[in-house]
Amino acid sequence: MTDINAFEQPNEAGFGDYVALLKPRVMSLVVFTAFVGILAAPVSVHPVVALAGILFIALGAGASGALNMWWDADIDAVMRRTMKRPVPSGRVQPGEALGLGLALSGIAVVMLGLATNMLAAGLLAFTIFFYAVVYSMWLKRSTPQNIVIGGAAGAFPPMIGWAVATGSVSIESAFMFALIFMWTPPHFWALALFMKEDYSNAGVPMLTVTHGRKSTRKHVLVYTLLLVPVAIGGAFTGIGGPIYLTTAVFLNAIFLRGAWQIWRRDETQAEADNYAVEKKVFRFSLYYLFLHFGAILAEAALKPYGIGGW
Amino acid sequence: MAFPAQHEIYKRRFSRNVGLGLTLVAFIVLVFGLTMVKVMQVGQMQAFDHVVRPEMLPADAAGEGGQ
Repeated sequence: MTDINAFEQPNEAGFGDYVALLKPRVMSLVVFTAFVGILAAPVSVHPVVALAGILFIALGAGASGALNMWWDADIDAVMRRTMKRPVPSGRVQPGEALGLGLALSGIAVVMLGLATNMLAAGLLAFTIFFYAVVYSMWLKRSTPQNIVIGGAAGAFPPMIGWAVATGSVSIESAFMFALIFMWTPPHFWALALFMKEDYSNAGVPMLTVTHGRKSTRKHVLVYTLLLVPVAIGGAFTGIGGPIYLTTAVFLNAIFLRGAWQIWRRDETQAEADNYAVEKKVFRFSLYYLFLHFGAILAEAALKPYGIGGW
Repeated sequence: MAFPAQHEIYKRRFSRNVGLGLTLVAFIVLVFGLTMVKVMQVGQMQAFDHVVRPEMLPADAAGEGGQ
């Protein structure tokens, strides 16, 4: 019986394939920002409750990743960047991805509610709904603004972390949300500029496909200009301080310079050096977000010693 | 026709079983830890069985109850 099954499913999934469905790299960002959200909050949380909160937030994010892979299997199969994912490669059946996504969503939301509070659980449920339904099923295939609005899904984790600790939403958690929300468009459009044919082959209306590359370059600059005051303004909220301000000014100057360079270039120049500037700005954008949240964490960690904060 | 015992598919199934087992153990440990923390945060308590325990009432109330 077992051997017959083995013949029928030569691409049977290993445990790692189910882990890959949860998008572990995205989860690592979620874990880090949720962790900062909890630690930056002015209320202390028992370490076990904080650990459980972070794990269930990450599990919810992973569940929405599985639902996204179930829905997007057809376009993932066309794009070079995603064609080796478990569903398009045939190692995991679409129904399994859907089942895993739904089951883990339920477990994550219910357990977060029981472990912490209902606001945190409600925000997590909304985040999963927003990413799986609003972004994946609706916006992604219908508007070039998909990344702009869909970025909200990735922006919620620190706000949920804050809610885990305080049971509320505040100007500080709204700032952390806004930082990721405003960072997402220039980050993804820099990627779209050098992932040349992928999005057009898949029929995803990315800005590069619908409005052209010149317009995308302009959008990277404009959205970076909008991001800068948000990122620096956060220094003057309750979780900011001199460490954060110094870090933000430094990082935003570099990011703005990169966005300016992207705007000044045309496709001929970009192709000549194999999109070196676009790739550099994309890589830097990852450090940009990590270091901003690192600075918030540093402010919170040093506060007890009278150094962090204003 | 049987697969040889060392066929790669058995490794994948074994990895699934071990992964799921470890995940469940981790989940049990986490729920146990959460339970301990929640119970200890509540403070002194006895099992709830709808029976009044005079020794747990504040001193005045216990006195009035006794009259």
